[in-house]
Amino acid sequence: MRRLGILLAGIAALASAPLLAQTIAITGGRVVVGDGTPAIEGGTVVIRDGRVVAAGANVAVPAGAQVVDARGKWVTPGVVAGFSRIGLVEVDAVGETNDISANGSPFSAAIDVAPAVNPQASSIAVSRAAGVTRAVVSPGTGRSIFAGQGAVIDLAGDMEPITRARAFQFIEFGEAGSDDAGGSRASAHVLLRNALREARDLRLPVGSRPASPAPAGGGALPEDRAENPYLMSGAQRSDDVLLTRFDAAALVPVLQGRQLLLVHVERASDILQTLALKQEFPNLRLVLVGATEGWRVADRIAAARVPVIANALVDLPATFEQLAATQSNVGRLHAAGVRVAIGMINDDEARQVRLSTQYAGNLVGIARLPGHQGLSWDDAFAAISSAPAEVLGLGNEIGSLRAGRRGDVVIWDGDPLELSSGVEAVWIDGVRQDLTNRQTRLRDRYRDAQEGALPNAYDPR
Amino acid sequence: MKSRLIAAAAAAALAVGCAGTGTGQGTESASASQPKASNARPRYTPPEDPYPSTYRAYPGVPTAIVGATVFDGEGGRIENGTVVLLDGRVQAIGGPDTPIPDGATRIDGAGRWVTPGVIDVHSHLGNYPSPGVDAHSDGNEATNPVRPEVWAEHSVWPQDPGFSRALANGGVTTLQILPGSANLFGGRGVTLRNVPARTMQGMRFPGAPRGLKIACGENPKRVYGNRNTMPATRMGNIAVMRATWQRAIEYRERRARDPNTPRDFQLETLVGALDGDILVHNHCYRADEMAIMLDMAEEFGFRISTFHHAVEAYKIPDLLRARGACAAMWADWWGFKMESYDAINENIPFVHNAGACAIMHSDDSNGIQRLNQEAAKALADGRRAGVEIADEVAWRWLAINPATALGIEEETGSLRVGKRADVVLWNGNPFSVYTRPQQVWIDGALLYDMNNPRLRPVSDFELGQPGEGDVK
Repeated sequence: MRRLGILLAGIAALASAPLLAQTIAITGGRVVVGDGTPAIEGGTVVIRDGRVVAAGANVAVPAGAQVVDARGKWVTPGVVAGFSRIGLVEVDAVGETNDISANGSPFSAAIDVAPAVNPQASSIAVSRAAGVTRAVVSPGTGRSIFAGQGAVIDLAGDMEPITRARAFQFIEFGEAGSDDAGGSRASAHVLLRNALREARDLRLPVGSRPASPAPAGGGALPEDRAENPYLMSGAQRSDDVLLTRFDAAALVPVLQGRQLLLVHVERASDILQTLALKQEFPNLRLVLVGATEGWRVADRIAAARVPVIANALVDLPATFEQLAATQSNVGRLHAAGVRVAIGMINDDEARQVRLSTQYAGNLVGIARLPGHQGLSWDDAFAAISSAPAEVLGLGNEIGSLRAGRRGDVVIWDGDPLELSSGVEAVWIDGVRQDLTNRQTRLRDRYRDAQEGALPNAYDPR
Repeated sequence: MKSRLIAAAAAAALAVGCAGTGTGQGTESASASQPKASNARPRYTPPEDPYPSTYRAYPGVPTAIVGATVFDGEGGRIENGTVVLLDGRVQAIGGPDTPIPDGATRIDGAGRWVTPGVIDVHSHLGNYPSPGVDAHSDGNEATNPVRPEVWAEHSVWPQDPGFSRALANGGVTTLQILPGSANLFGGRGVTLRNVPARTMQGMRFPGAPRGLKIACGENPKRVYGNRNTMPATRMGNIAVMRATWQRAIEYRERRARDPNTPRDFQLETLVGALDGDILVHNHCYRADEMAIMLDMAEEFGFRISTFHHAVEAYKIPDLLRARGACAAMWADWWGFKMESYDAINENIPFVHNAGACAIMHSDDSNGIQRLNQEAAKALADGRRAGVEIADEVAWRWLAINPATALGIEEETGSLRVGKRADVVLWNGNPFSVYTRPQQVWIDGALLYDMNNPRLRPVSDFELGQPGEGDVK
């Protein structure tokens, strides 16, 4: 395993590509494609060079493929955690290990979580063992409504976790946003508008063109020029600005619609105010995060074609912005035509993304109850696989077993949404993953708590 | 206001005191030694149970659930079982030939499961209610690490919407509300029936002993260490605890010698714990700290009913079993603080398998809605690790074990004939993620029915708000 890690580190530039040109055929299982289509009995999934080649009933096993017998098992895409902070924390209450928020930072929107993600965090291995293969990772806000730029990561046991860096900007725009903005929602609104205008007003240095190749012999750092020329020091600004250059430059892709803007709001009126931003800034690509009261304005969200990443089971008026909380929120949004993914918003999001399957299962359960609105099984699984991938604009890469997607595959010993089921095997980018972690090691050490001739600390390793 | 309360308490004291003088601490000998004056007012005797329960069972109808799979809560299972509820009690439990009283409402339980109501030994509903605003933050009297004089029941807000969610989604019929863990001695806990009521007293479980919340580990030393006061370390935690128990022992001796010793409400709670009238509930994560607390209990002569949040119980199930202490645990919470870093998914089945008393608890207004699911996860993880526990035996974690930890096992916690009819009919296997309570009875009264919107409690707080009366 360690050798594997070193090898991976050595080819960091290619890390998202698979290591080996290996072909794997997982045969005989109940195959869930993850895009909302019904499961396929006795299906075959073929992975080659780290990508899904085919998944379905009449798929031939290629010659030379490593065959994995999955008869009696379920085969699904890996779970995609729709909103999380996994990899940013080792122990929540140990501040030194917690990289979610930066209360003392001079920066906000410019913050990029990608370099802070620790692929060796215990939560990565624990979640991987529960079938989670990708996660949306968001920073938290510090002293601004802008938390910074989040990433989509994989949960493989290598040193290269980033699937897509700077996949989105995250802002707080409800109660927390009010607090971040100095004490009122009105202040949060003017902060956002001002920031987007400062981004709009950035001017490139005279003679430069966006995305032009770096001149020989230096100048701007290459990543600045390639990704965001507005970072260059020659870019001109008015004196009357609130944001640092870095923060303003980071909002240019948001303003232009090249980077998603994830907006955390819960209250129905806050949701409508967020949707209204599109009138002022028509290129914004909005995603609502939280949206506990979304069901009350579901038709408006659907009409705006704005997707939602929601908590599945919030049903308490935990705050005054969540008075109408109900576990039927996701089901009602879905029924109204809104694209909904399940995420973990302020819900142990750094460590417990493995609860995604349980949450999705509950939404199937309530579909049987009078007056409730849940999801079908197929839609519930999609809400933790293809839906979050699509919301993040990565539906062609991850979240399903459709041909061409990355080879993120999980074999379960039963219905993956059921509490009694466990994970038997995980592949990420076509690479078979180790499923041991601190918790399984402790379990094995204390299977018999009685110490032997020597203390447990001398247990064979 | 204050004087009215004192007057009321004195009046109650007269009524209760008459019936209960036999247990007074030396009052008889004290009065015997005093000169009798015929016109003297009766000496004030404090009531044994101030703030007494006013709970009365709500009306029910004779009910027979037939054809269900029954978990009796003590480890028994009946297929095609019948459970009869009559006059608020379990009147019969058995197979399909169990006699059903004339006129009883028959409920078809085919394909469904019947269990005793879920009991949560660790909840903060009411003292950390929803909405969780500062004005509602009533769980930690974090003004001194030794606060055994505060009682959680005096913080409980009966209008917390969380109670209804625990009932409808979780099948919770009984729960203990505890003070928080900022203090070494957090105060008294109270056991409630999960019924809507105007007052805390309307929810109090009649006759249930009170609890004493004590806490080890990170929280007390962090809260007070940050203020540069003792305790700032784990050894400081233990030192303050020992000094406090010693004060309690000396107070008890002083009171026995001289009943006129001024009352000390702090030490009165601790004497109740030393005497076994108040059950000790100890927030304690780490195995090594639990072992120290067990020795402390022997040192001062109290008994620890239950270790709560016992994340490392799996490391010392032999100790727990030998000392008769229960461990109340989560299925899979971990890593939120250092003392929860060594959590394993198999904690509960490992503790159970070693012969110790295992309990599933929530400490959470969301988790309390899914204790059955939490048990299901732990059960499955245990089986994958080679620990085979039957479903009906695992239900003990939610029923008789927590009932025993709360000292109410004679009244509830299983479907024994004569016990309170606290019953959940589940619309499937309660260890499935797809299952929810179909109907819930408390003392034989039907207080939730998924098919009847009128049997969906709505707290005062929710009235007139968005989502009032909605499914939750």
